[in-house]
Parts: sequence; structure tokens; C-alpha cells
Amino acid sequence: MAIKPEAQSKVSLERHGLTDEQLVAILRTMLMQRTLENRGFQLNRQGKIPFASASEGHEAVQAGAAMAFERGKDILVPYYRDLGLALGIGLTPYEVLLSLFARAADHSAGRQFPHHYASRRLGLHTISSIIAAQLPHAVGAAFALQYSGETGRAVLTTFGDGATSEGEWHESVNFAAVHTLPIVFLCENNEWAISTPLSKQMGQPDVFKRAEGYGLPGGVVDGMDPIACYAAVGAAMQRARSGGGPTLVEAKCYRFLSHTTDDDDRTYRSPDEVQARRKDDPVPCFERLLVERAVLNAEQVEALKRGVLEETNDATDRAEAMAYPDAADLYEKVYAEGWEPWTV
Amino acid sequence: MAMEGLRPIAEIQFADFIYPSFNQIVGEAAKIRYRSNGEYTCPLVIRTPYGGGVRGALSHSVSIEALFYHVPGLKIVAPSFPDDVKGLLNAAIDDPDPVLFLEHKKTYRLIKGEVPDGHYTIPLGKANVRKAGTQLTVVSYGLYLHWALEAAQRLQEENVSVEVIDLRSIRPMDKTAILTSVQKTRKLLIVHEDNKFGGIGAEISAMVAEEALFSLDSPIRRLCGPDVPSMGYALPLEEEFMSSPAEMADAMRAMVKF
Ligand SMILES: Cc1ncc(C[n+]2csc(CCOP(=O)(O)OP(=O)(O)O)c2C)c(N)n1
Ligand SMILES: [Mg+2]
Repeated sequence: MAIKPEAQSKVSLERHGLTDEQLVAILRTMLMQRTLENRGFQLNRQGKIPFASASEGHEAVQAGAAMAFERGKDILVPYYRDLGLALGIGLTPYEVLLSLFARAADHSAGRQFPHHYASRRLGLHTISSIIAAQLPHAVGAAFALQYSGETGRAVLTTFGDGATSEGEWHESVNFAAVHTLPIVFLCENNEWAISTPLSKQMGQPDVFKRAEGYGLPGGVVDGMDPIACYAAVGAAMQRARSGGGPTLVEAKCYRFLSHTTDDDDRTYRSPDEVQARRKDDPVPCFERLLVERAVLNAEQVEALKRGVLEETNDATDRAEAMAYPDAADLYEKVYAEGWEPWTV
Repeated sequence: MAMEGLRPIAEIQFADFIYPSFNQIVGEAAKIRYRSNGEYTCPLVIRTPYGGGVRGALSHSVSIEALFYHVPGLKIVAPSFPDDVKGLLNAAIDDPDPVLFLEHKKTYRLIKGEVPDGHYTIPLGKANVRKAGTQLTVVSYGLYLHWALEAAQRLQEENVSVEVIDLRSIRPMDKTAILTSVQKTRKLLIVHEDNKFGGIGAEISAMVAEEALFSLDSPIRRLCGPDVPSMGYALPLEEEFMSSPAEMADAMRAMVKF
């Protein structure tokens, strides 16, 4: 999309080298993430899908980080709250809807929960529901790159604040530091682990400070600012790709909605607390910024939103029309060759 | 590493130390193929010495096979002879799925045997009749397989004919080999060092009861480790835990007489 600034903004925009096209692509990913998650909740409330989850408040960190990921080279080992990251590196809304509807054409063939994608094509590892279980995989992938003598490639792995209390998290970060592995650990700190607040998760509020103890650089970034997240993750990825070793990046964001459709956050935090944080909502904030700085005008923003909604509607219709897996698929892909149940 | 195209072979120093990785083996490795519909796979081999009788005390003696054999997606191999170790290890490395490779630590120094030169494989999931016989089938693996063979040899001198099956693979398990033998001998004794409750013998006896009950001339028997957390360090505690060729011979005699 060619963007013609209508007017010169007075405020300078720290672009960190991002072009107008890239800035718009980031906004589009953020809008798409939000629209698709709304769609998930709608479909759930309509009784069409049993479960949905959302990452409202994570759009900036994910779209920014995705822009720092080199498609076809880097490896992404994400967690279940990374829709925007997956979209940002090339997963299509149709693939997302297939996952929501649990259709046979989904990457897990309808076996996994929504938003647990896997795509060899994109270098997107299969996602676990188990907190921090992806960390050893990510470190293993980085070790594989190093072991095979591959340069110019790195692993990006993500996790929540809660995950940093798991043993596997600590083992993985330590291993990466010891072996100077090409990996970036990106924490999406949304201050909650379902109903557990940060103050009950750790003795001090900063995940990035843990890096020092393991001997790797750690930094913190405003998780509501996609450009800052792009810059922080981009610099860390560049360092990793060029043999400089691992980095821990903490992005401070917020979880605006309940954990999933099966959770009611009013039982453990006040709606006022959530409302007060809405002023930082990264989607309208970034949209406003791009308009203010004349990267986009109001009509172009509307056109962008229309396009996102149309694509979502189209993807919804197409995915819904697809078939469920056959019951016989339950027995497939347990092992490489056909699986013989021990007793029938 | 396995998910990025390599064939890692991990070694857990002793099987007793595998528990922290239970999540990765059971929750992750065994499910990677299934949960990604084959888009990712996990061709990983985990070697680990298990079992006791070496004064290893509580935490250097355990058998872990029953904790893992419940898990679809995993394969478990427990070879007992040097030639099998080589062929099965090569097969495990070639295998496109995760394999837990169990090596009984007492057999490292106790058992000697010829190992053929060159590269060869032995298919996973195939048992081996180590001694042919007609009056009783004994299924075993690991150190106890060697003791069972010794006992069967002793009975041979008393003109009692016992067939001894080396299970070799625990998952997939060679159902056909077990059933074929049991249909011939009509009696089944399962011998393993791991404790009895929910052990490998439980699955084998249930399977034989379901599929060949009317071929049996006596109840199935299991000679297994006692239901205690592990063997103690003090010699009497270890000896009490462990069976012996003599005890196995007694069990075999009793069954043949039944
Ligand atoms: C090992 C494990 N324990 C508990 C759970 C249940 N659980 C699912 S999500 C979640 C919260 C994780 O919080 P955090 O890491 O901060 O990520 P967020 O969901 O906030 O993005 C928990 C405890 C789980 N999936 N895995
Ligand atoms: Mg959290």
C-alpha cells in the first residue's frame, strides 16, 4: 500500500528505520489481531465454538516483535497468547479461523486448542498449553543452529510473566547463557497469570532483572509501544544472529480481558482497575500516532479497518464451511507408521 | 534439536534422575507429532541406565519403564544382550519418533557377548525367543532376563522345558511372540525387577487373559519387585528387594507342576 503523507507532522517520530509501509503493516497486524479475537469471542457466545482466548493489550509487543523476525530464516517458539506474532510473521486469518473452528484443515487437524498453531513454512513451532514447556524447545532449536554452524539465524521465544516462575524457564535461560546461544527471550508481562497478580508471582516486579543472575543482557521496554518493542527485539535478534548470544527482553503490557472465555476476571480484579488501564490501549494509541504523524489519514485508517473486517468475515465463512476431522483421525499421527492400538 | 532436523541422543546419567524431564518427555516429545499433525516430529533417543543390584541405594536403582509405557507416542526399548544393544540403538536412532532406551546398569559389566561388526539394525517391537521350551513361557527383560535364563537352564537339567522370551521392546510390545509361545506352553510367568503393581507384567497378563485365557492351563504368575519405593543401601535391604535365579527356578518349578 502506497502511503502519501497529507501533512508534515510537527512531532518527530522515532522510527528506528521503519518505513511507512512497515508502520502501516504493524498497525494492520494489530487491528487484525483484535478483530480476529473479537470474532473468537463472538463465535463462542454464539455457541459455535466451545472456547476462545484473547490477547487484548498484547498487540503492540507482538506486532513490533514480528517485524523484527526474519521470515524464512528465524525460528519462532511462542506460547498460546501470540496471535499477533503469528499473524505478523505470515499466518493467515483463515488459518486462525480453522484453528478456532477445529477443522480438519487446521495445522493440528483439530486436535489442539484454539491459537495453538504450528507451521513449518513459517518457522513457527507447535505450541504447548503447558506453561514454560516451550522454553527448552526454543533453547534446543538455538542449540541446533549453533551445533550445525548456522549463522545469521536466531530463535525468538515468548512467554508470560507467570512462566518465569517455572523451573524450565530458569533452566533454559541459564543454558542459553552458558552456551551463548542465538536466542531472544521475550516476556509479555501482562501483570496477571489467570488470577495470580504479579505481586504474588515474584518478589520484585521486573522480569528482566533476572537476566543478570544468569549472565545475559536483560532489558525492559514499553509493551504498549510497537516501535519500541520492534527496536528492542530487533536489536536483540541482530545480536543473536551475529553470534552475540542471548538476550532477555521484558515488554510491560496488560491483559485487558479475562484469561479465556472460561474465566471471569471480575472475581479477582476490579473493572475499575482494568478501565483505568484502557487509556494505554495500544491499538487506538498507535492508530492515533500514525494519523498525527501523517503516516496515514483518517480515510486510510477506515479503509484499513474495512479490509481487516472483510478478510475476517471471509476467513470465518470459509473456515466454518470446512469439515471437521473424521473420528478415525483420532488414531492418526501417534507414530510415524500406522499405530496399532494394543487392545481394541 | 530433534524438531529442527537433528537426531539428538540424550543420556540421563541414571534413570532415577529422569523425573524432572517427565514433562518434556511425556507432555511434549511424545505429543509433538500428534499435536502438529505431523508438521513437527521429535526423533529423539534418550539413553538411561536403570535397575539395581549394584548397591545403588534409593536413588541409583530404580526401574522406570512402567512410568513411561502408559504413554502413546513414546517407544521404549530395554535390550539385555550386547548384540541387541547395538542393533536396537541403531534402530532407535533411525526411528522417526522419540525412543526411551533403557540399559540395565548391572549388565554393563556382568554380561559379555559378541557384537557383530558393521552397521546393522534390529527392528523395534520384536521380541526374541532366547531359549526354546515346551512347558512354560517366561517373559522378561533386563538383568532378570539373564537370571531367568540361568534358572531355565537349571530346570533343563531336571528335564523341565522352559521357553524364555526376551521382550527387548516394551512399547511397541510383541504381542504375537507372547501369544504364540503361550498357546504352545499353556503357562505364563512374567519376571521383572520393577514393582508388580501396574508394572509391565500387569499389561502382559491382562492382554493374555483377554486374548488367550482358554489356552491357559494355570493362572498367570508375576514374579516382580516388591511394592516399596526403592531398594535400600544396606546389603540385606538390597538382597530382600532383588530376586535371584534360585527364586525364579522355584517359581518355574511350581508353575510347571501346577
Ligand atoms: C504447567 C502449567 N501450570 C498451570 C497451567 C494453567 N495455566 C494456563 S495459563 C496460566 C497463566 C500463565 O500466566 P502467564 O505466564 O503470565 O501468561 P498469560 O496467560 O498471562 O499470558 C496458567 C497458570 C498450565 N497451563 N501449565
Ligand atoms: Mg501473564
